[in-house]
Amino acid sequence: MPIKKVMKANEAAAWAAKLAKPKVIAAFPITPSTLVPEKISEFVANGELDAEFVKVESEHSAISACVGASAAGVRTFTATASQGLALMHEILFIAAGMRLPIVIAIGNRALSAPINIWNDWQDTISERDTGWLQFYAENNQEALDLILIAFKVAEDERVLLPAMVGFDAFILTHTVEPVEIPDQELVDEFLGEYVPKHAYLDPAKPITQGALGFPAHYMEARYGVWEANEAAKKVIDEAFAEFEKRFGRKYQKIEEYRTEDADIIFVTMGSLAGTLKEYVDHLREKGLKVGAAKITVYRPFPVEEVRELAKKAKVLALLEKNVTFSVGGALFQDFSRALINESEKPKIVDFILGLGGRDVTFKDLDEALAIAQKALNGEKVEEVNWIGLRKEIL
Amino acid sequence: MAVRKPPVTTREYWAPGHAACAGCGCATALRLATKAFSEVMEEKYGDPDAFAIAHATGCMEVVSAVFPYTAWKAPWIHVAFENAAAVASGIEAAWKKLGKKGKILAIGGDGGTADIGMQALSGMLERWHNVVYLMYDNEAYMNTGIQRSSSTPYGAWTTTSPPGKYSIGEDKPKKWVALIAAAHQIPYVATASIGNPFDFIRKMKKAAKVDGPAFVQVQCTCPTGWKSPLEKGVEIARLAIETGVWPLFEIENGDIWNIKIQAPGGGAKVKRKDGRVVAIEFKKPIEEYLKLQGRFKHLFKQPEAIDQLREQIKTMWKALGVEVTLPKPGE
Repeated sequence: MPIKKVMKANEAAAWAAKLAKPKVIAAFPITPSTLVPEKISEFVANGELDAEFVKVESEHSAISACVGASAAGVRTFTATASQGLALMHEILFIAAGMRLPIVIAIGNRALSAPINIWNDWQDTISERDTGWLQFYAENNQEALDLILIAFKVAEDERVLLPAMVGFDAFILTHTVEPVEIPDQELVDEFLGEYVPKHAYLDPAKPITQGALGFPAHYMEARYGVWEANEAAKKVIDEAFAEFEKRFGRKYQKIEEYRTEDADIIFVTMGSLAGTLKEYVDHLREKGLKVGAAKITVYRPFPVEEVRELAKKAKVLALLEKNVTFSVGGALFQDFSRALINESEKPKIVDFILGLGGRDVTFKDLDEALAIAQKALNGEKVEEVNWIGLRKEIL
Repeated sequence: MAVRKPPVTTREYWAPGHAACAGCGCATALRLATKAFSEVMEEKYGDPDAFAIAHATGCMEVVSAVFPYTAWKAPWIHVAFENAAAVASGIEAAWKKLGKKGKILAIGGDGGTADIGMQALSGMLERWHNVVYLMYDNEAYMNTGIQRSSSTPYGAWTTTSPPGKYSIGEDKPKKWVALIAAAHQIPYVATASIGNPFDFIRKMKKAAKVDGPAFVQVQCTCPTGWKSPLEKGVEIARLAIETGVWPLFEIENGDIWNIKIQAPGGGAKVKRKDGRVVAIEFKKPIEEYLKLQGRFKHLFKQPEAIDQLREQIKTMWKALGVEVTLPKPGE
């Protein structure tokens, strides 16, 4: 029987790692994710997880050790955030290019400067071009579940790409919620043992990994990562369906909430989706035709699902905790790509908010709604809007 | 008739067909190192092939693994420039969990070890991974076209330490990475040279036998970067030993106060006390080593720079606990 425990998202991530039974974990402490390796080292110390815990001297070495371990043929896990993920940046490309199914848990945190330990998504968003799969959790249960699903998809032979699962700093990493811990046997059945097909350092069968790719071959390797990302779309759907069958919790690349007959659909990721659902309920009570959508899978970007979503609304209002300079938020760019050649498309208005852990309140959402309503009424509005800015201190 | 056993196995792990330059001393070093390594694997695990290699970006990496070819007859991985030691840590952890018998050999050049890879190396040594780290030291960034590294010796020409009106070439003394490694008090640290292949093979075997981390720094010649005759690699490397430029030593069991010096040869007089080398009187001036290399050519117009190098070499030997006499030409 699955048990329910009250825990932080960091603990949920550690539990997911325990259930997935990685053989090597290499990690370096960083706020807000420190509890993940702490908890895992406890599991290892108590013999609850039979793994090697490599206490590396930096995040760069954490991911490098994970690459070594994964290339040696074992399931591998780590956790980090913000500057730590940025320090891994170089190796993230390599892990994807070498097609190693490493999974990282990320406590989504803002990037310096100024140094800031609180939540936004700039860390993982900045890694969106590395080739890694990206999942975003709304709550602690999702943090646990999505890590298991990430392993399942990453290790699928049709994919073989590393994956990161993000959950918001402090809002989730340090906040307790009831989390259902699935049965180990069911997880074992769901994931199976990792049997490497292409990456193993075996003296009995010596292979060369990480060779030099001349112009004659490099592009094909990059295309391989592209293709694997495309293939992951179907594999993710299958993994979600199997997860639901086994554990009863349903996931979708884009989860919709009260989008039926909506004029305006707010779109967001992570924990903000929880706030947003409340907000939509509140607006619906007032008779406003407003819905919400949550992006659970950001890479591969669910282009088809976005197109379906777009058919349902007159205005898509994107709520983003990240900045892509000269563009707006990264979602704005992704939505534009998905919809640019559609004959009929809604207006898209982009909102940047909640950076560096600033609370996103109903008041902020009202501000966004007012702009979205103007767009709905055919008035001209700014494409990119910064919400909740303290203009008085600028 | 008795057949003499070859000094090292005839098995090859570094296969012919790699793309290294003609006369490459580092290629020789890797070939010998893997041979020596495999002998210990056979002895220790009953399987000469029981090892894997993690290789840092560098000239020996790019010349040996040009997709779709490979010069490696051993499981081999390259990830990036600065992280061979960290990658090796991960492999070792994985092998431990898989119950795989064998050992990991990490390889990096002086750039990938003394400079950008120093942190990962320190971490690996400090965490006591069962890995031998081999630093092949050709004393500059040869992969990118001969730029200075912290392992480039004083006075040497490189493309980023060119001699000029206000420069004598590289203006800093060579960084002693073996001593930094030794400061981790690991089981085995050694310097070696392709100029003394028997000593090098012996040290690689010793390193491979250790349970825990070991570090070997092998000086190897680079005709391209050193502007030296292709066929004189071993001769030049031997002169580095015989003139005192390159000391051969071992530090075992973390005992940094007990440095074992290998006798330099070349007519050098070695003075011992309590079985330890305390003084060496070199007979060949360092000029004999320098003059065979174009990278030091300009120094001969500035003899005070050569004297400066001589002083640095003395200081380095002093750190090893040895007083040396380094003659000037004609002395």
